[in-house]
Amino acid sequence: MDLIRTEGQRMTAAQPSETTVGNMVRRVLKVIREEYGRLHGRSEESDQQESLHKLLTSGGLSEDFRTPYPSLRANVIEAINEMLIELEGTTDNIAMQALEHIHSNEVIMTIGYSRTVEAFLKEAARKRKFQVIVAECAPFCQGHEMAVQLSKEGIETTVMSDAAIFAVMSRVNKVIIGTKTILANGALIAVSGTHTLALAAKHHSTPLIVCAPMFKLSPQFPNEEDSFHKFVSPQEVLPFTEGEILAKINVHCPVFDYVPPELITLFISNIGGNAPSYIYRLMSELYHPDDYEL
Amino acid sequence: QPSQAGAHTGTSPPKPAHGLGAAVGGPGGTSAAPCEGPEPLEGPEGSPCRGLPLALGCISRRDWAQTPHSSPAAAAQPTSPPASADGPGDGEKPAAGKSKAELRAERRAKQEAERAQKQARKAELSQAATTAKPRQSPTEPQSMVKRLPEHVQVDDPAAQRKLAKKLERQQVPLRQDYGTKVNLFSHLHQYSRKKPLTQQMSIPSTVIHPAVVRLGLQYSQGIINGSNARCIALLEVFKQLIRDYSTPPNEELSRDLVAKLKPHISFLNQCRPLSASMGNAIKFLKKEISCLPDTLREDEAKEKLQDVIDKYLREKIVLAAEAISRSAFEKINDHDVILVYGCSSLVNRTLCDAHAKQGRAFRVIVVDSRPRLEGRQTLRRLVRRGIHCTYVMINAISYVLPEVSKVLLGAHALLANGSVMSRVGTSQIALVSKAHNVPVLVCCETYKFCERVQTDSFVSNELDDPDDLIVLRKGQAQLGGWAENKSLRLLNLVYDVTPPDLVDLVITDLGMIPCTSVPVVLRVKNVDQ
Repeated sequence: MDLIRTEGQRMTAAQPSETTVGNMVRRVLKVIREEYGRLHGRSEESDQQESLHKLLTSGGLSEDFRTPYPSLRANVIEAINEMLIELEGTTDNIAMQALEHIHSNEVIMTIGYSRTVEAFLKEAARKRKFQVIVAECAPFCQGHEMAVQLSKEGIETTVMSDAAIFAVMSRVNKVIIGTKTILANGALIAVSGTHTLALAAKHHSTPLIVCAPMFKLSPQFPNEEDSFHKFVSPQEVLPFTEGEILAKINVHCPVFDYVPPELITLFISNIGGNAPSYIYRLMSELYHPDDYEL
Repeated sequence: QPSQAGAHTGTSPPKPAHGLGAAVGGPGGTSAAPCEGPEPLEGPEGSPCRGLPLALGCISRRDWAQTPHSSPAAAAQPTSPPASADGPGDGEKPAAGKSKAELRAERRAKQEAERAQKQARKAELSQAATTAKPRQSPTEPQSMVKRLPEHVQVDDPAAQRKLAKKLERQQVPLRQDYGTKVNLFSHLHQYSRKKPLTQQMSIPSTVIHPAVVRLGLQYSQGIINGSNARCIALLEVFKQLIRDYSTPPNEELSRDLVAKLKPHISFLNQCRPLSASMGNAIKFLKKEISCLPDTLREDEAKEKLQDVIDKYLREKIVLAAEAISRSAFEKINDHDVILVYGCSSLVNRTLCDAHAKQGRAFRVIVVDSRPRLEGRQTLRRLVRRGIHCTYVMINAISYVLPEVSKVLLGAHALLANGSVMSRVGTSQIALVSKAHNVPVLVCCETYKFCERVQTDSFVSNELDDPDDLIVLRKGQAQLGGWAENKSLRLLNLVYDVTPPDLVDLVITDLGMIPCTSVPVVLRVKNVDQ
């Protein structure tokens, strides 16, 4: 476990914004603990639930993980294979729930390019007729590609600038977005512009649905507002051809936005639909509390 | 000349219509000839707005001014007051000869006489003084039927046919829509910048003054942008028009000039839908023209009109900007971080003035959005003055707002229900600022206040060229083939409407008012006039 932990630390330090790396490492650690526990002979339930009663009475379980078990390695590898299969099926799982959430003649808004949302909408389009408005996500304009992909399936798609989000929001029935990371309190770290979209949806009382598989759930709480920010070259915002003023101004190009959990209505993941207030509970099924800090 | 001198109560003595009399070369005149081409129209910040080559100016003004027969005699409905800025035509038959003009002149003389009698009677009864030509009194409620402007009726074939007929009569080409429109906006026009209106007309045009053709092209290609700049350019061109105008015989200046203006207004409308500021200016001008006393000679009348236009420009735009800049200065504190959006001439002027006055150190965050990227102009202007600036795109406002102390926005128009109509994206900024508890201040001159009411951004808006959204990234344009794809639409909105509860203060030349006081200001203005 220490080996995996060290490797995990190295990988997450390399690119902190890719939280799925850390998440997967934590899942593997949990798998190892479980397999060890099973071989060690403990019953499953006692380890799973960490109820307050148990914490107080048992005085903390101390696992030393010293006892060698020859079959541990094989079990762990098998468990990881199962995890891989589950990962490959997440997008399909989410897409299968599409028809429960989209009715006919709806106007759906989305932002940027999310493959999960694309699969979601394409699956719904097989049976229902609806329209999609895509906010291109300047400066990278991933929304353009999303729109082209959706329109190939015959979905009536409209591309607009992010400046028009509030202007057209009154005609939108649902907002469906993808995200980069789900934080432990139910908040999102999503592509820049999502906070504005969420606020506009709240203003018009439009439901905001986040389609994200569970491996994006990260057991971190937001410490400060700025701690997760990642910036890319300001060349995207103000190209170097505007050279004579570049030296005198600051240009920012943040990639991510923080969306607080109050603005989100529903999370759709491969294990079903959940409210943001329930997310912290799901964490206990995926990760062990000792692994929250790698 | 028929001896109808009695009918022309004081109009110009019949003289050949020489325009200004300057020797102007014919089409294709030499460059040495004093073409008196339209003066370079300067926007408020000194950005030159030279669009077309001056060849368009080298046309005999004689040709343009002397078209009494083709002028829609239409406009001279003697009894009806001038309608709103882009009122549709009234379906009269074109003049077919001098006899009709004579008859009209006779009829008009009779009506003048009757009106004079009525005036005398009224004065006897010593009622409240009405104006010389009774117009609708401002105190009674507006009981006239509201005519829906044409540009929001694109999906109504009857309205479009009516428009086509009117344009044909005025000899103004009809601009075709371009590209599939989003369903929600099928009632609006959507034009392509690559097909300017001038391709459909013969240049030089005998109906439209060359300065107006130039202006229309500058509007449609986006060379002149921003409601103040457009309005100033419009009024300067109208001054030129009036200078070059000469009354044809048997006509009265006040009526004929208004009639001559209508095709020009239609032309400009076809090039780009009129803004609210332009609409108000045109209303004002038409009123001034029709209120001209009959006793003035032609050159006196023209000079008076030019003075009136100058006064309007000076008072409503230039002095108002000064007043607003002073008021806003009180709101800017030391160590402020001010957020601005896009390019508003008024906000730029306010910030530059505040920076020039010593004692307030502030820095500015400029927010910009595709596809217009007007924020870069603001950036250049502010940086030139030495103001410390930061530049972000509109999707990053959640990132910058925690450090912003106030937001300063410009407006295109203020509507009678208190909503602010401004560049698309403004409402978003107001919303997110409200969520972060940052005060939102809107700067707007009173001449942009409108009688209209609007609650959303759909009913009355402008659709810009959808091809502007196409962008080249990594060598390929994803949306390049959008026209062939039946399911793909591009939406390029120009304006949006901010609800009044998202705005904290409106700074006008009459003072600092809340959004909800806009109808009060409108009422005060109406009573004044």
